[in-house]
Amino acid sequence: MAEAKETKGPRGMVTINPDMCKGCGICIRFCPAGVLEFSDEFNSKGYHPPRAVRPEACTGCDLCGIYCPDFAIFGILLKTVA
Amino acid sequence: MVNNNPVSDLLRTDRMPHIWCSGCGLGTTVNCFVRAVAGCGLPPDQITVVSGIGCTGRVAGYLKLDSFHTTHGRPIPFATGLKLANPRLKVVVYSGDGDLFAIGGNHFIHAARRNMDMTVICVNNFTYGMTGGQVTPTTPTGAIASTAPYGNTEDPFNLPYLADSAGAVYVARWTTFHVRQATKAMKEAIQKKGFSFVELVSPCPTLYGRRNRMGDGLDMMEGYKENSTIRNGADTRDVGMDISGKIVCGKFVDRERPSFLEQYNTRLAARLGPSYKNYEGVL
Amino acid sequence: MKADPKGVLTGAHFLDGDHACSEGALSAGCRFAAGYPITPSTEIVERIASRFPQVGGMFIQMEDEIASSIAIQGAVWGGAKAMTVTSGPGFSLMMEHIGFAAMLETPCVFVDVQRAGPSTGQPTLPGQADMMQARWGSHGDYEIIALCPNSPQECYDLTIRAFNLAEEYRVPVMIMMDECVGHMTEKVVIPSPEEIEITERRYTTAKLGEYRPYFTDGEMVPPIAKAGDGHRFHVTGLTHDERGYPVMSPEVQEKCVRRLVDKIRLNAERIISLEESETEGADVIVVSYGITSRVSVKAIEMARADGIKVGHLRLITAWPFPEKRIRELVGRTGAFIMPELNYGQMFFEMQRVIDGKAKSYLLPHGGGTVHKPEVIYRTIKEAALECRPQVEESAW
Repeated sequence: MAEAKETKGPRGMVTINPDMCKGCGICIRFCPAGVLEFSDEFNSKGYHPPRAVRPEACTGCDLCGIYCPDFAIFGILLKTVA
Repeated sequence: MVNNNPVSDLLRTDRMPHIWCSGCGLGTTVNCFVRAVAGCGLPPDQITVVSGIGCTGRVAGYLKLDSFHTTHGRPIPFATGLKLANPRLKVVVYSGDGDLFAIGGNHFIHAARRNMDMTVICVNNFTYGMTGGQVTPTTPTGAIASTAPYGNTEDPFNLPYLADSAGAVYVARWTTFHVRQATKAMKEAIQKKGFSFVELVSPCPTLYGRRNRMGDGLDMMEGYKENSTIRNGADTRDVGMDISGKIVCGKFVDRERPSFLEQYNTRLAARLGPSYKNYEGVL
Repeated sequence: MKADPKGVLTGAHFLDGDHACSEGALSAGCRFAAGYPITPSTEIVERIASRFPQVGGMFIQMEDEIASSIAIQGAVWGGAKAMTVTSGPGFSLMMEHIGFAAMLETPCVFVDVQRAGPSTGQPTLPGQADMMQARWGSHGDYEIIALCPNSPQECYDLTIRAFNLAEEYRVPVMIMMDECVGHMTEKVVIPSPEEIEITERRYTTAKLGEYRPYFTDGEMVPPIAKAGDGHRFHVTGLTHDERGYPVMSPEVQEKCVRRLVDKIRLNAERIISLEESETEGADVIVVSYGITSRVSVKAIEMARADGIKVGHLRLITAWPFPEKRIRELVGRTGAFIMPELNYGQMFFEMQRVIDGKAKSYLLPHGGGTVHKPEVIYRTIKEAALECRPQVEESAW
């Protein structure tokens, strides 16, 4: 079972649980800052999970988290983490 | 696995991953729901979820609240008994279009008529997903389903209109694209006293979407974005949906009417006088 | 634990069976009822509708029997003792939810005031043709308990017993009345609350976060929880494991369903209640229940006057069926006679248990009225003759 991956930008942090992902692509399409795209790796079910390709753009809005039907990704506003 | 997800407190993470398909909107509705629960100001121990049978019915099993997975079509009368035994509970019925409006239709209209204090969340994917994509009372005319292979020959219900005319005091419709509004609507519906109804249009890419050539879950969400208009306060008579895919979203009804228990207690007190003690639950 | 005085109408009353049943529920601590009007049971909920607001109970007339039969279960999981009431056609509608109660192990009471059937039948006239349905009506494997009052007094007493059994075994309990017993008016004595024994619901004492709804630790019946106490439990009608989660495997099917059946079967002797009269040493035994037992008493009186050694075995509990007692009697009894207001229901169960080791006679009747005592008496005589052919007929 692959580890959760956290990617931090200056304003927001996105956490991805690759093995929960079913490759629907909704987070990638609806991220307002274009942070995500499909990775080339496969998870244990054969899907391509997303990866944060532009972490500096992440605003921590958590739209990815609200949309994700599989609870595989969420975003956090870094002010709250501190 | 998902334990570090901030909403995982309200999810049965020991049962993840869930059974829903890739691109199914149910998980999105659950995301909205748990955020609505977290933000509604009520202790989660007091919130109980009752579901029926179907893909949406499985929601009850994934929420870490007191939850009941009941029989097909009957979450509403079960919820009625639960609420009346303990009116301090906040009871949410979470079920699908077929469960609530075909087999469960009679129970829906009576609970609305009584203004039973509960929230009914209907995930409308226009199909019976769990059993392979049969036609339901909300399937648009002309749409293909496994039991309507030449296209549905019937006209569907307009759910907000049905809820409104049966007496619901809160009626809203959103899609799984409108996550912020859906979350807010669920929160308002939970907080509202009386019979509150929220319809959430959601993709079933595996069955309804595939048979009607609507693409995958993401394509269907794009479709909701393209084809929906927001008209808060619209007359519910005008918000029916058809095969064109146009969807009217919004909060349509938000009115006041005494709930079942309020009417019950008021009338009995008037009739029986000071000897009558208001009913507040069996315990 | 003793009854809550609020609901107990202590005193001697002149009540019909339906009304007595309502009072039994009140005495038992029932504070939620849901029902739908159906002859000849309606008076039960009419009285409840009038009495409940006086004692802090809630009655709601639901839109149909399907809703009623599950509303009571919601109420149970919300903390109430709950009952619904119906007759044949409504009982048929409730079958799915009887199975649901059995599967979730929801303690609740279903009253069927039987009338002549099938279908709409004769709404105002008696029958006893729902007896097999009470046991087998829902799909799948499960066990229930069924009680058969034969007087308004028993309608009162056995309703209390039904609630107590439901709590002890976490099972739906059927009270199989009939239109005669429901509509006959007799003296009903309601004792003082301290004299009424009530079985309380056994709630879990598990710490929050540790409760597993179907974990039994070797017992037959797990403790229950109610919504709102913080246990955050999940229950489902799907086959489930100890956590209450659905699991689709043959091993879990066996574990889950076997206990539903065993908890009643292995406790049958503690549940079964019979009334016997001169069964030891009898040549012939009349086995009866409900209103038919009243007619049987008269017939037996007539036969005993002729010197026939006839006993009476009355089923106060019809389910579980008293296999052990009947087998004990089979060795020393020549014949068993069962009159019932149907064309053979409990009779076939009795015949199965007798297993050919004694004669069995069915006295069927379509319902609409009760047997004449003479009919039962004639069969007793005939059976006695067949068992003891050497006795001269002239002796009678």
